[in-house]
Amino acid sequence: MSVGEALAAFNAAHDGAGGVVSFLGKVRPEGGVKALELSHYEPLTLPGMQDLAEQARERFDLAGVLAWHRIGVMKPGEAIVLVATAARHRRNAFEAADFLMDHLKSAAWLWKRERRDDGWHWIEPRDQDHEDLARWN
Amino acid sequence: MSVTILFLGPLRDLAGEQEREVAAPLDWKGLLEAVGPEIAEQLGEERVNVACKGKVLADKRTLHAEDGDEVALLPPVSGG
Repeated sequence: MSVGEALAAFNAAHDGAGGVVSFLGKVRPEGGVKALELSHYEPLTLPGMQDLAEQARERFDLAGVLAWHRIGVMKPGEAIVLVATAARHRRNAFEAADFLMDHLKSAAWLWKRERRDDGWHWIEPRDQDHEDLARWN
Repeated sequence: MSVTILFLGPLRDLAGEQEREVAAPLDWKGLLEAVGPEIAEQLGEERVNVACKGKVLADKRTLHAEDGDEVALLPPVSGG
């Protein structure tokens, strides 16, 4: 299913919502990065994402949440993550998408490495990612 | 009678393999011996977690894995 198809299906499933917000995260085509590899541990990663989606649904009174994350090797320009939120009012939908992304970017059970000219390098969250996450406490 | 140890993220590179079968049962001391000094040193760090049967252990030193269990070694996450 493509990103467009997923969003169309999500929109159709929530036709009573006042608004749908979506965010698509992509591999940045800069910094000499040739490829990105995401790995997960499904017994933790999947329940963790389901729990996160449920938290967002309750906190922002959402009609629905879509949270997709790819794993494996991705090239610059390719999609990594898609979140969509449906709510009665736009502010909740925007904030919930922001909340989901801040948590996925630093607290999800995912490991990431990038390939540059000199080989693979493991990545840890930036300080900015941790600061973004702390905004929701 | 075996336990599967899974090496996640950068620990996979250190281990040189994705997973390793070791004899059951397996406790914390047995785990440190089974993974070798380099990974044992990583496991000593608070920010490295251990999961058994898909659940993160509140205290990894209480590990008690039995035949058929999967023990996952979880270095700090990178995020998505």
